[in-house]
Amino acid sequence: MSYSAWILLTASLVGMSCGLVGVLLILRRMAMMADAISHSVLLGIVVAYLVTLQLSGIHMFIGAIIAGLVTALLVQSFHQLGVQQEASIGIVFTTLFAIGVILISTKAGNAHLDIQHSLMGEITFIPWNTVELPFVGSVPMAVVSLSIVLLIVLLVLLLFYKEWKLTSFDPVFAASIGIPVTLMHYIFMSLVSITSVAAFDAVGAIMVVAMLITPASAAYLWTDKLPTMLVLSCSFGVAAAWIGYYVAVWLDTSISGAMAFATGIIFLISFIAAPRYGIIAKHRRSRASAALTEHA
Amino acid sequence: MERVSNMNEAIVVNRLSAAYRKTEVLSQVSFTVKPGTLTSIVGPNGAGKSTLIKSMLELHPRTAGEVSFLGQPYQKAKKKIGYVPQRGSVDWDFPTDALDVVLMGLYGKIGWLKLPRKSDREQAMEALRSMGMEQYANRQISQLSGGQQQRVFLARALVQDAELYFLDEPLAGVDAATERIIMDTLQQLKNRGRTVMVVHHDLQTVEDYYDHVLLLNRTVVAHGPTDEVFTAEQLHRTYGGALRWMREKV
Amino acid sequence: MNLLSYNAQWVLLSTLLLGMAAGSVGVLAYWKRQSLMSDTLSHAALPGVVIGFMIMGSKQLPVMLLAAAVSAYFGAWLVQSIRNSSRVKEDAAMGIVLSVFFGLGIMLLTFANRMPGGGQSGLDHFIFGQAAAMVRSDVTWMAIVAAVVLVVILLLFKEWKVSLFDASFAQGLGLSVRAMNSLYTALLVLVIVIGIQAVGVILIAALMIIPAVSARYWTDSFAKMLILSALFGGGAGLIGTLISTLGKGLPTGPFIVVSASAMFFISLLFGASKGLLVVRYYRKRAKGSGQKAIMAGGVTEGGRG
Repeated sequence: MSYSAWILLTASLVGMSCGLVGVLLILRRMAMMADAISHSVLLGIVVAYLVTLQLSGIHMFIGAIIAGLVTALLVQSFHQLGVQQEASIGIVFTTLFAIGVILISTKAGNAHLDIQHSLMGEITFIPWNTVELPFVGSVPMAVVSLSIVLLIVLLVLLLFYKEWKLTSFDPVFAASIGIPVTLMHYIFMSLVSITSVAAFDAVGAIMVVAMLITPASAAYLWTDKLPTMLVLSCSFGVAAAWIGYYVAVWLDTSISGAMAFATGIIFLISFIAAPRYGIIAKHRRSRASAALTEHA
Repeated sequence: MERVSNMNEAIVVNRLSAAYRKTEVLSQVSFTVKPGTLTSIVGPNGAGKSTLIKSMLELHPRTAGEVSFLGQPYQKAKKKIGYVPQRGSVDWDFPTDALDVVLMGLYGKIGWLKLPRKSDREQAMEALRSMGMEQYANRQISQLSGGQQQRVFLARALVQDAELYFLDEPLAGVDAATERIIMDTLQQLKNRGRTVMVVHHDLQTVEDYYDHVLLLNRTVVAHGPTDEVFTAEQLHRTYGGALRWMREKV
Repeated sequence: MNLLSYNAQWVLLSTLLLGMAAGSVGVLAYWKRQSLMSDTLSHAALPGVVIGFMIMGSKQLPVMLLAAAVSAYFGAWLVQSIRNSSRVKEDAAMGIVLSVFFGLGIMLLTFANRMPGGGQSGLDHFIFGQAAAMVRSDVTWMAIVAAVVLVVILLLFKEWKVSLFDASFAQGLGLSVRAMNSLYTALLVLVIVIGIQAVGVILIAALMIIPAVSARYWTDSFAKMLILSALFGGGAGLIGTLISTLGKGLPTGPFIVVSASAMFFISLLFGASKGLLVVRYYRKRAKGSGQKAIMAGGVTEGGRG
C-alpha cells in the first residue's frame, strides 16, 4: 500500500473508534471527561516509558488505561468531597497533564517522546514504524494497534448494547433493575482511555477530543435512532479524516490539525442543515407549528 | 391471587437513616406496609420523600437501618420490585422511541448478552396499549407531552410485572387524562394484590386515590389507613404552619 | 544569581500579577459553575494569536492579544449558540469549540512557522508557555492588563457578589445582568490572552480553576475567597516561574499548574472551613456528644431528586 493509503487507513480507524465511543460520551454528558482523559493519558504513557524504558504498544496501553481510570476515580472522589464536577475535571487533568509535560521535559526529553508530538501527533511518520505480520506482511504499528482497539470497542459496545443504552438513558432505573452502573462507568472510562491512547500516537491529544466529540455531536443532529447515530458518527469521523488529509496535503499544513478542523466543518454543516435538528429545519418547523393549533 | 410469601408484611423498614452530603435527610424511619395496599408518601418539600424511596432501593446510601421486601433484603428481592423515577431525571433528547423505553423494563429479565425478542416487543406494545399510547410507539420521546412521557415510564414499570411498585411523583405536571389513566392502573395493580407506594404532592386528592398514607418529614409523622391518618391535626404536625389549605379543610 | 536579573524580576512580577488576576476571575467562574469555559476559551484563542502574528509579520503583542481576544470571544459565542439553538448540550459544545479551534490554530501555526522569521518567533511557546522567552514589552503589557482586571473586579465587588448570588434580585436592583455577563466574559478573555504567553493555551485554565477551588476550603465568605484565590494564584505564578527558570528550556505553564495543585491538596486536607481534617474533627465531636439529629423545619438540599 502507498504512503498516503496507510495514513488514510490509520486516520479512518481513529475516526471509527472515536466515532463509536463518542456517541456514548455525548449521550452520557461526559464530553469534557474525554478532554480530561485524552490529556492525562500522556502521563500514563510517560510513566510507562520511564518504568520500562520502551515505547512498545502494550506498556503504553496499560499505562494509559491506568491513567484514564485514575482520572475518572479522582474526578469522582473530588466531586464526592464537594468540588463541583466541572472544577473537579479541570483540576485533575491539568495537573496530570502538567506532570506529564514536566516529566517529558526533564527526564524523557531525548526519547522518541516529545511534547509537540503528544499534542499534534505525528501521523506523517506512522507508515515507517512497521511490524511484520504473518500473511499480511509489513504493516504500520499504529494500524495494528488501532485495529485491535476498534475490535475491542466494537465487541464491548455490541455485546452490552442494551446495557449501554439503558445506563446512558436512565442510570437510576438501570441500577434499580440490577445493572452494575458504576462498573459500566469504569469500563466505559477504560474504553475512552484505550481509544485515546491508540489515537493519541497517531493524531495527538486535541485531535482525539475533536474526533471523539464532534462527529458524534453532528450525528446527534441527524437522527433519533441510536444505531443510525452510531453509524453516522463513524462515517463522519472517517469523512473528516479523508477531508482533513487532502486539505492538509493541498495546503501543506498539519494533518491532524486539518482533520480536527474538518470535524468542525462537518458539524457546522449539520448544525445548519441537518434535516431533523439543524437550525433551518427547526426554524421551518416552528413556523409550521405556529400556524397550527397546539396539540396535547 | 394467593401471595406466596409466608410473611404478612410486604415492606418492613426499620430505623432507616440517610444523609445528603453532611445533612441528615432521613432519621430513624420505621414503618411496615401490608401487601395489596396503595400507599401515598406525603410531606413538605425537603421532607426526604424521594430519598426515602431511593434509600430503600439502595439507590442512595443509607447511614443506618434495614429494609426488607416480602421478607427478603433488597438484593434478593430486586426482581420483584418496579421503580418509576421522576420524569425529570432523564434526558428526553436521547435517541430512542416510546416502545424502546418500555422494552427497557424487560432488560433485567432478558439478561446479559441477549437482545429483546419478538415476544418481548409484543409485551411492551401491550403495556403501551394499556396506557393508551400505542399510536405513539415509534415516536421520539422528546416529542411526547409530559403526560405521555409519564405514561411511557409507567408502561415500562408494568412490563416488569413486579410484586412491589415504587413511583416518584408520577402525577407531577401531567394532564387530567393521564392522571386518570395512571391512577386507574395503580388501582388495578392493587386489586391484583400488588403493593404500591407513591410519592404524592397534591393533598386535595390523597383521600380519593389512596387507601394508606405515610406522612413524612425527615421521619415518620404518622402512617396508616387514610381515613385514620389523613387528619388536620396530623397534617399540621407534618407541615407545620405552612399549610393554608389545611385550615380550609377544618 | 541571574535569577534576580532585571528582566527576571519583571517576569516574576508579571506572572505574580497574572496569577492574581486569574485567581480572582476564577472565583467568578467558580460561582457561575463555568470552570471549563476558561479551558475552552483558551484553546479558542490560539487561531487568533497566530493570525495576529501573520497579519503583522512579526511578534507584536498588542495585535496578537487583540486577535486572540476576538477569536476567544467568537468561541464563547459559538458555544452559546450551539447550546441554545440545537439539542447538543453545553459540555459537547465546549468540546467541539475547544478542539476544532485548536486544530485550526495548529494548521495556521504551520503556515506561520514557514513565514520569514516565523520559525524563530517562539510561537510554539504559546502552547505550553515560556516565561523566560518574554521580553520587556510583553511583560509590561501583561502587567498592565492584569492590573486592570484586578481593579475592575475590586471596584465592582458588590455587583459581582449580588449578581452571582441572585441574578434576579440583582436585576431588581437595577443591575444589568447582561452587562455583568459580558464584562465577565471580557475579563475571562483578557486573562486568557495575557496568560497564554507565560502559561500556554493548554494549561492557563488551571490557573483559573484551581486557586478558586482551593480558596473555597478556607472560607465561606465571598470577599475572603476572592482575596485567598488571588493569593493562591499569584503564589502559584511566582513559584512556578521561579522553578522553570532554574533549568534551561523548562516550560513555565506545567510548573505553575503543579504549584497550584500542591496548594489545592494542602487546602483539601487542612482548609479551615471545609478541609477534610476539619470536617472529620467536627464529625467526631458531634458523635462524641451523642447528639442525634433533631427534626427541624426544612432541609437545605437533597430531599427531592
